[in-house]
Amino acid sequence: MTQMKQRQVQLEVLRYNPDTDTEAHFQRYEVSCNEEGVVLDALNKVKETVDPTLNYRWSCHMAVCGSCGMMINGEPKLSCHTFLRDYEGVIRVEPLAHFPIERDLVTAPDDFMEKLKRVKPYLIPKKKKPISEGEYKQTPAQLMKFRQYSMCINCMLCYAACPEYGLTPKFIGPAALTLAHRYNIDSRDGGRKERQEVVATAEGVWDCTFVGACSEVCPAHVDPASALQQMKITSSIDWIVEHLIPGGKSARDTVSREDAGDIS
Amino acid sequence: MPARGQRYLTDGFNVDTISTDVAIIGAGGAGLRAAIALAKTDPALRIALISKVYPMRSHTCAAEGGAAGVIKPDDSFDLHFDDTVGGGDWLSDQDCVEYFIHEAPKELQQLEHWGCPWNREADGSVAVRPFGGMKKKRTWFAADKSGFHILHTLFQTSLRFPSITRYDEYYALDLLVDDGRCQGVTAMEMRSGQLRQFHAKAVIIAGGGAGRMFPFSTNGAIKTGDGMAMAYRAGAPLKDMEFIQYHPTGLPNTGSLLTEACRGEGGIMVNKHGRRYLQDYGMGPETPVGQPQLKTMELGPRDRVSQAYWHELQKGNTVTTKWGECVLLDMRHLGEKKINERLPLVRELASSFLGIDIVKDPVPIRPVVHYMMGGISTNTTAATPLPGLFAAGECACVSLNGANRLGSNSLVELLVFGRRAALSAIEHIQGLPAANAAALNARAEETQLRIRELFSRTDGTESLYGLRKEMMDTMEKNVGIYRTEEGLQEGVSKIHELRQRYRRVILTDRTNVFNTDLFQVLELGSMLDCAEAVTVGALARKESRGSHQRLDYTERDDRNFLRHTMVHHQGLDVPRVDYLDVVITKSPPGVRDYSGDHK
Repeated sequence: MTQMKQRQVQLEVLRYNPDTDTEAHFQRYEVSCNEEGVVLDALNKVKETVDPTLNYRWSCHMAVCGSCGMMINGEPKLSCHTFLRDYEGVIRVEPLAHFPIERDLVTAPDDFMEKLKRVKPYLIPKKKKPISEGEYKQTPAQLMKFRQYSMCINCMLCYAACPEYGLTPKFIGPAALTLAHRYNIDSRDGGRKERQEVVATAEGVWDCTFVGACSEVCPAHVDPASALQQMKITSSIDWIVEHLIPGGKSARDTVSREDAGDIS
Repeated sequence: MPARGQRYLTDGFNVDTISTDVAIIGAGGAGLRAAIALAKTDPALRIALISKVYPMRSHTCAAEGGAAGVIKPDDSFDLHFDDTVGGGDWLSDQDCVEYFIHEAPKELQQLEHWGCPWNREADGSVAVRPFGGMKKKRTWFAADKSGFHILHTLFQTSLRFPSITRYDEYYALDLLVDDGRCQGVTAMEMRSGQLRQFHAKAVIIAGGGAGRMFPFSTNGAIKTGDGMAMAYRAGAPLKDMEFIQYHPTGLPNTGSLLTEACRGEGGIMVNKHGRRYLQDYGMGPETPVGQPQLKTMELGPRDRVSQAYWHELQKGNTVTTKWGECVLLDMRHLGEKKINERLPLVRELASSFLGIDIVKDPVPIRPVVHYMMGGISTNTTAATPLPGLFAAGECACVSLNGANRLGSNSLVELLVFGRRAALSAIEHIQGLPAANAAALNARAEETQLRIRELFSRTDGTESLYGLRKEMMDTMEKNVGIYRTEEGLQEGVSKIHELRQRYRRVILTDRTNVFNTDLFQVLELGSMLDCAEAVTVGALARKESRGSHQRLDYTERDDRNFLRHTMVHHQGLDVPRVDYLDVVITKSPPGVRDYSGDHK
């Protein structure tokens, strides 16, 4: 068996412990890592061999659990999917931007969790039917319309990249708005009107300045920027229908839903 | 600002109390499904959903292939029953399997109604794909991210229910048992280090498996068996823990899973001579490339396919790569279009971690620890022997999966038994006598003392990482795909020794906020408890069945071992083992046949 090659990795990691520190500071580490490894592997090596007090979140190591978002050389990245081979020299690791630091690389996602809930990211069926009547039919083409937007892993890299969220913390932001859009354009859903009360506002899609940084950093290729653009267009059409077309408003109010039919 | 460790070192009782009706530990697929079932059945119930991670981080997200449920006209409940029971080498409880197969399609339809983006047929109905050990195509799938979509659909749906109060990033510590029944749990809020106790009328554990006992595993870092160990310490037995599933197709460097759908869609496995070696291990005859045939060759069950790798390794037929010895999974004949449509994650994983494009080259793979068939002993109603305690998902052993789980049964298990645990919990809490708060407080104080002792320990000699490595090495060396008396004896005594040494583990970080050093120390304790149950159970089972293969007892022994291993915690002593009969309703033990239609 040929051995995998090792290389020296230098990390400069932001440290902050509210129990003991008055302010954050950088700490330098040097460890030997497999050259095929990722930044998370280097952090794990530091924790196991140099400094057990270093703190960060991680779990799946395959870019699907969304735990390990952090700023790596200033860019929001999943550390489990950021390859050491793409870096030379000292790698600077900081907590995800735009979120309060709990400790070291651990940030508090409360704001995102609250916004996610506000956009009602769940199916509000057009017409409720019992489970015994089987599935709602959905063609592969109807599925493909929204599937990309259902791939969001809630890693919050897009919030760290979004200049608007940095300036205007009330902005609902890329991931939550994209999930609202995902349900809005699902052929089974009839809840767009309810969601519009949250998303078609100054804090919603109209706050987006279409910089597109969200889509550049998205590790799941969700492309939130395109979702937000589509939402702006449909919101504009809503306005035209409501204000310029006689009877337009009542024509949209045909959603019926109740919970009957679900199993517990 | 609190001084270092102050919160645990101050005198007196310092545990906040939260009163609830049902506490759920774990917010992955099973925990979320239970929470939703509770909220829908009785909106007045107070539900505390406690997890050491945010729900979306739960390991359900990493499941790829899909979820089995009978819906197509050419399929039947009997066939799903037979596949599951035979796949489990007759160690499944057949009343449980019966319940499961009937509930499965309803649960999958329910997820569809909640918005899960299942793949579709041209006519708009849900599509199904073939999976290992299944006689019919019955695996519902959402590309190769089925677990991810199930988890997010459940999490997002759970946001509709105001009665579900989430306690995200709370590390659960000990169950509160009084008057012979489980009445709550203690937990630490990770961001503050504050201890809390949940007084509950019923507790549901949905905390996942413990694959991180092994060094090479598909499991995320969080899979440390905390829920299993917590129930075990509180007196609920662990069942059939020796049955560890190796998934045949892991990436050789990271252990990341390449879904069984690779083979379901037609991928083939070859050795260094280019031979489809599975035909040499009772899974032949060879089927034409690109025409996968159900329940044969690459669509054999996971235990058999992983065991075949071990034999190829002994024969020198594996490929030597810079990542170690491997066999090859070849999917080139599927073509780029199908790969992108059905296996996008697989392509991405192989490309980023190995630098291999599966469209152009075969990918080296080897078996990797994936799933625990064993767990907290439960019956078909998801109840443990400890009144008031229920369990569902990988942490439980409801005896659906027997000695070997079929791929795509576990995602459905989360749903069926997550919901069942909720319904059982509701039945349990009717007419309960009032709790004795003083007695519960006394239990909670024991947790506080345990944590305080860890923070104030001055005679520590053992390092967390040293102990953890010894545990992992022991498990890999002695409790792998093939086992022997000698190796298992060594495993049992080594794990027992590590449990004694664990009492002197050093906590380096003694501060309060998000102290992952502390959580890793606690997780190691959980894993060592689970590891002892695995090794003791494996040593006592002197037969070969499903995933438990012994080189010294090569045959299945139904006369002595058609029964479940029950391991009972005995403090720091070696656990006690006894047995429980398997429930057989209609399928007497038979021969597992994976030779297709060839007779």
